[in-house]
Amino acid sequence: MTATVITGLGVLAPNGLDTADYWSSVLAGRSAIRRLSHFDPSRYPAVLAGEIHGFDAAARLPSRLLPQTDRMTRLALVAADAALADAGVVPAELPEYGMGVVTASASGGFEFGQNELQNLWSRGGEHVSAYQSFAWFYAVNTGQISIRHGLRGHSGVLVGEQAGGLDALGQARRQNRNGTPLVVTGGVDGSLCPWGWVAQLPSGRLSHSTDPAAGFLPFDERACGHVPGEGGAILIAEELTAARRRGARQVYGEVAGYASTFDPAPGTGGEPGLRRAITLALADADLTADAVDVVFADAAGVAELDLAEAEAIDAVFGPGAVPVTAPKTMTGRLYSGGAPLDLATALLALRHGVIPPTVNVRTPAPGIDLDLVLAQPRPATLRTALVLARGYGGFNSAVLLRTVDH
Amino acid sequence: MRRRVVITGIGIVAPGGIGRKNFWELLTSGRTATRGITFFDPSGFRSRIAAECDFDAAAQGLSFQEIRRMDRAAQFAVVSAREALADSGLTPGELDPYRTGVVVGTAVGATTGLEQEYVVVSDGGRRTLVDHEYAVPQLYGYFVPSSFAVEVARAVGAQGPATVVSTGCTSGIDAVAHAVELIREGSADVMVAGATDAPISPITVACFDAIRATSPRNDDPGTASRPFDRTRNGFVLGEGAAVFVLEELGHARQRGVRGYAEIGGFAGRCNAHHMTGLKPDGREMGEAILVALREARVDPTDVDYINAHGSGTQQNDRHETAAFKRSLGDHAYRTPVSSIKSMVGHSLGAIGSIEIAACALAIEHQVVPPTANLRERDPSCDLDYVPLVARDHPVRTVLTVGSGFGGFQSAMVLTAPGAPA
Amino acid sequence: MRLLTVTELLQVVRECAGGDDHRGAEADLADTPFEELGYDSLALLETAGRLEREYHVKLTDEMVGEARTPQRLADLVNGELQRR
Repeated sequence: MTATVITGLGVLAPNGLDTADYWSSVLAGRSAIRRLSHFDPSRYPAVLAGEIHGFDAAARLPSRLLPQTDRMTRLALVAADAALADAGVVPAELPEYGMGVVTASASGGFEFGQNELQNLWSRGGEHVSAYQSFAWFYAVNTGQISIRHGLRGHSGVLVGEQAGGLDALGQARRQNRNGTPLVVTGGVDGSLCPWGWVAQLPSGRLSHSTDPAAGFLPFDERACGHVPGEGGAILIAEELTAARRRGARQVYGEVAGYASTFDPAPGTGGEPGLRRAITLALADADLTADAVDVVFADAAGVAELDLAEAEAIDAVFGPGAVPVTAPKTMTGRLYSGGAPLDLATALLALRHGVIPPTVNVRTPAPGIDLDLVLAQPRPATLRTALVLARGYGGFNSAVLLRTVDH
Repeated sequence: MRRRVVITGIGIVAPGGIGRKNFWELLTSGRTATRGITFFDPSGFRSRIAAECDFDAAAQGLSFQEIRRMDRAAQFAVVSAREALADSGLTPGELDPYRTGVVVGTAVGATTGLEQEYVVVSDGGRRTLVDHEYAVPQLYGYFVPSSFAVEVARAVGAQGPATVVSTGCTSGIDAVAHAVELIREGSADVMVAGATDAPISPITVACFDAIRATSPRNDDPGTASRPFDRTRNGFVLGEGAAVFVLEELGHARQRGVRGYAEIGGFAGRCNAHHMTGLKPDGREMGEAILVALREARVDPTDVDYINAHGSGTQQNDRHETAAFKRSLGDHAYRTPVSSIKSMVGHSLGAIGSIEIAACALAIEHQVVPPTANLRERDPSCDLDYVPLVARDHPVRTVLTVGSGFGGFQSAMVLTAPGAPA
Repeated sequence: MRLLTVTELLQVVRECAGGDDHRGAEADLADTPFEELGYDSLALLETAGRLEREYHVKLTDEMVGEARTPQRLADLVNGELQRR
């Protein structure tokens, strides 16, 4: 059986413009959640976001790409550049059909879409950009990354709201097994424009807090919804022997297990699918629960969802038996970018032997019996990390990462 | 031994007919379902033609709450999924929820619902800081098209892996391929998989106008979609859905079901060339075809019928004609090739699944659907495109292909199912 | 009648499709194919749409297909302006 390993990371997060910057922020507990600045949120009930500041697309991308790209695509292209560079991959030196792209998307390029809808409805159809035909759609990041780097192998795009990022990695691993030895995967997202904001509000899950330190408090008794953010991570998933053959400079870890499940329809009773996703991912990795050293939680920040996640973790591992963390408390939820950023964070944790903290959370809500890593990073010997993600409507995905012996 | 996958149920919402019987009747009659746009006033647009579905959600069995909650594309998907499940003969008792999954393909998601709600919250495009007081509860479901998989999974009671695949105009092939992979690897025994799109809205029409990709033959909408014809001048926007019940072969045989077709192979490649453009050499599509055939363990000369992407743009027709010749060699000249987009238009992400349905039904009925409106063949397209009239033809092995914005090229091979054990 | 200069045309192209990396002599650029300047068919269609709106001309598919250089595109627009 082949193994899929991660050989490169490209992080673009609200609290870090590259992997090193992000990791030092995470260890320092530096949150980027602030009042929205991209537009004036005063009129809206939700005002906090995890925005990326200081990203200069013009300095990082050819000028010809700018008119045809939404902000989230620009972020994705720069993250992909970084991931390939980190992996030491020069695509021109590898077989063109041996490299694919599988990204996750949640809602596409919403800001681009808002501009063109506004052009259409306020000025007329002839004012709609030629680039609208693809700049907003869900496949755009995969397509643009493929074109920019000449990656012609089996590619794809998965949409599963916040869970899609793990499903993308699962699909990348499948492609590694099916004969595409290198897959650029992950997800980068962001819909921090007025239209994207108004479209998110009806989920009922956005935090209405105005206090950046109390806006996103998963598992806390004060949990009040989540704060949306922008960014994510691109990962290079490679078949292990191919990575070694090309002399990959590093292996962050192995994708040892993956599974996804769907919840029963509301009102039909039955247990949510998260526990089953964890159990299936463990079985896929041929590991038992006691082998898991840390859990990166989905961390919805909504009381009943937090409780359901805690119950699933407890059911598999026993109450308080495994450290659980949610570094996304520093970035907000990044939709399709969220789980890939958690994967990157987990791989960095494995490498550095330290569990990043969950910030701002103080008192777990009644019934939450987890060993939460709060406030400070916790040094630990880490060989395996479980990353969980849930998508609105009932998606559950789990990925088990494991260190690779050299 | 590799787990094999058969199609045991088909559900379709297509222009010109809801349900697989009406769909097949349309395809074999050679009639077209393209017409002047009726969903909104298209005056002022360059292309004012579309293949619209006459779809009455309530008559198709959706409840009032389902109709309110779901975008049109989600409605198509759920109606198709229910038809497919009924067609498969699988009863709820036979379905193990944990071993049943869902994959829905879509190119543009709930774009129609999003535009309708945008117009309200922006007050007709007048406000940039759009007004949340007018946001409807279902808007979040439109925002994330993963809601399509949610609706289908709930409708069929699936609790296995569920996702949405969105690779532009190859979504319909890629979604089914993804489901096949999940069955093969053992993550599920039954997958309810297919694709849907309902893109006929002003913003979609305007964006294709801007790149001049759609046909402006507004004086003759019924013959506007003319793949491989010398006079073709763009594609005709369509809408619809096709959803399948896919079963692991042993699972189907155990209940004595033979199925419509086996999905033998699939491959996707990217041209890494251009977001919308195609090179005339058809290189990456040709590669995808060869890999798909190899995976299906069939020889290029075994292909009995090619269901073409056939969108009706000059660029596409030449691109894929070259791809067929690259991959099948001389056999390409002996193989009937047709494009059902001539009749049902191009429903973006949905069409790949609708075309898979056409392929499965071609195997079932041993009939190749025609390319309607093909009266003057483009001299540079020199294959047998089955003009105008459906053809009785032995069909055991079928190749279907798709090509999409983003550079995606997909190929899938279907074969006649074996006799039940 | 005020006609469109190649300089003005190139400015429109840059605004529509990016590109400020070839500020060479306009005369040299005028007859350089768009493709060599790094502008693809979409860039041309985006530019054509903008020219149609701003100059109130109609550029047919054939004209857009034929406009391989900035000079040729400017000539086609000016031809339409003069025909009015």
